[in-house]
Amino acid sequence: MSVTEKDVRYVANLARLKLPENEVKSLANDMNKILEYMELLNEVDTSNVAPLEHVIELDSRLRTDKAEKPLDHDDALKNAPDADSDYFRVPKVIE
Amino acid sequence: MRTIAHEKYEAVIGLEVHAQLLTKSKAFAPVTIEYGGAPNTQVTPLCLGHPGTLPVINENLVRYIIKMGLATGCSVARKSIFARKNYFYPDLPKGYQISQYDTPICYDGAINIELEEYDKTIGLTRIHMEEDAGKSIHDQDPYNTLVDLNRAGTPLIEIVSEPDIRTPQEAYAYLSKIKQIVQYLEICDGNMEEGSLRCDANVSVRPRGREKFGTRTELKNMNSFRNVERAIHYEIYRQIDLIEDGGEVVQQTRLWDTSKMETRSMRSKEEAHDYRYFPEPDLPPIIVTDEMLEEIKEELPELADVRQKRFVEEYEMSEVDAVTLTDSKYLADYYEEVTEYLGNPKAASNIVLSEVLRVLNEQSIDIREFTIGADRLSELVKLKEDDKINSSALQKIFNKMLDGDKSAEEYAKEMNLIQVSDSGFLEPIVDEIISNNPDEVQRYKDGKKQLIGFFIGQAMKASKGKANPKLVKDLITEKLDN
Repeated sequence: MSVTEKDVRYVANLARLKLPENEVKSLANDMNKILEYMELLNEVDTSNVAPLEHVIELDSRLRTDKAEKPLDHDDALKNAPDADSDYFRVPKVIE
Repeated sequence: MRTIAHEKYEAVIGLEVHAQLLTKSKAFAPVTIEYGGAPNTQVTPLCLGHPGTLPVINENLVRYIIKMGLATGCSVARKSIFARKNYFYPDLPKGYQISQYDTPICYDGAINIELEEYDKTIGLTRIHMEEDAGKSIHDQDPYNTLVDLNRAGTPLIEIVSEPDIRTPQEAYAYLSKIKQIVQYLEICDGNMEEGSLRCDANVSVRPRGREKFGTRTELKNMNSFRNVERAIHYEIYRQIDLIEDGGEVVQQTRLWDTSKMETRSMRSKEEAHDYRYFPEPDLPPIIVTDEMLEEIKEELPELADVRQKRFVEEYEMSEVDAVTLTDSKYLADYYEEVTEYLGNPKAASNIVLSEVLRVLNEQSIDIREFTIGADRLSELVKLKEDDKINSSALQKIFNKMLDGDKSAEEYAKEMNLIQVSDSGFLEPIVDEIISNNPDEVQRYKDGKKQLIGFFIGQAMKASKGKANPKLVKDLITEKLDN
């Protein structure tokens, strides 16, 4: 498995990271090294091992379906970088 | 709409239906979800994606989805996990949606649909739990997108069908059945126009006889049952025409445009999302115990098919009438309320199937929006049953009740429609009619007994519709036959 420069740009875009073009090559190298190291795990036969989804063995506790007091409207908007009196305001999104 | 199957091609359709659950609080936060609340007033720090917040599962999210699974013959996974579906959008503050990926809690079910000419079983691949996103508003502010997070975290179930659907009509029937089931289970109000039921469709075509599926497109933005049917129909013929013209179908998402009645491309596969699902670390696995499953089985209500059979047996009605009355749970409830009040299933079905359904169709409304409640309607029918009003008066009072909130009896008195059963009042009227119509009297006496209708009509007219027709008939026959 080898990470190409195209993969690096793709992953950066998925994470919405702005990547200077001159870093792409070295990042591809780094990522390949990490993955090569991880290849070590392939030495263990895991064909009969169930995937581990959670480290702590717990079952979900279910909450009674009951509503409590919501967050105060002004408090809800307080930490937003931009808002009007009703809504969060973000740069125009056009899909 | 061309409804005849295409001779050369066959469509393969699968539907993904999202149903918004009628829980009192959100999927993972203890706060209400009310349609139409002021923006950003039904939120908690969790709904806003603040650091340090942790989700806790709403018990009814799990119970409601299991109800749906049991009602559609699904297997219920004793252990299933949540997964994160990652994407960036302003109305998704956490940057991921909590959903289920490779372990849906319900799987391998089926839904039976009935069409005019045949019945069919549509397989269900899976039903899984997830949360809704907030709402982005693009058209209120010219420079910004506005975000309301009231809806963020609303519990949804996604019902995924097998690609067993072949025609737009089957898709319509399948959706109607889902709506009926969720309403009977009382887990979702089933209103597609308001968005509590949403539907995406995967559509492809293939030459008849070929097993391999063609390239599919995904249709979105269909906000009514009719539009789902129309959009699928449009898309099937778009794909057939494309192939016939030597072109190729491109895998893409297409939006239904109601005003143009066509589908148009939204994004193609190259730009398709990469959601990078992984197990949700904040939520331990959901374990469904025997005890919980038994309890939910006990709670399952009588569903439409069973209720329909019961109506035929218990109320001695035709199957056609039973199908009509049980189609909507709310109509069936209404009918049973009227029946119980009157103690007369036949009188109840007569008025509900004729007058009530006529108004519902004329106004295109649901029985829940109907202005005459079951108790008021029952009182009206009772007046007729007790011979206090006649059928034409019932009709008049019924129409009056549609727009007013008084009782049937109040209207009957107000409109002077209480039937007169007093022979002291009716006798002079009858006598006058007999003396004014000697020719008819003679013909009647000569054997033309059908003329009785003429005399009754005259008497009803003279009494301004208030006479008890039975009594009038008795009086006339008594006078003419002797």
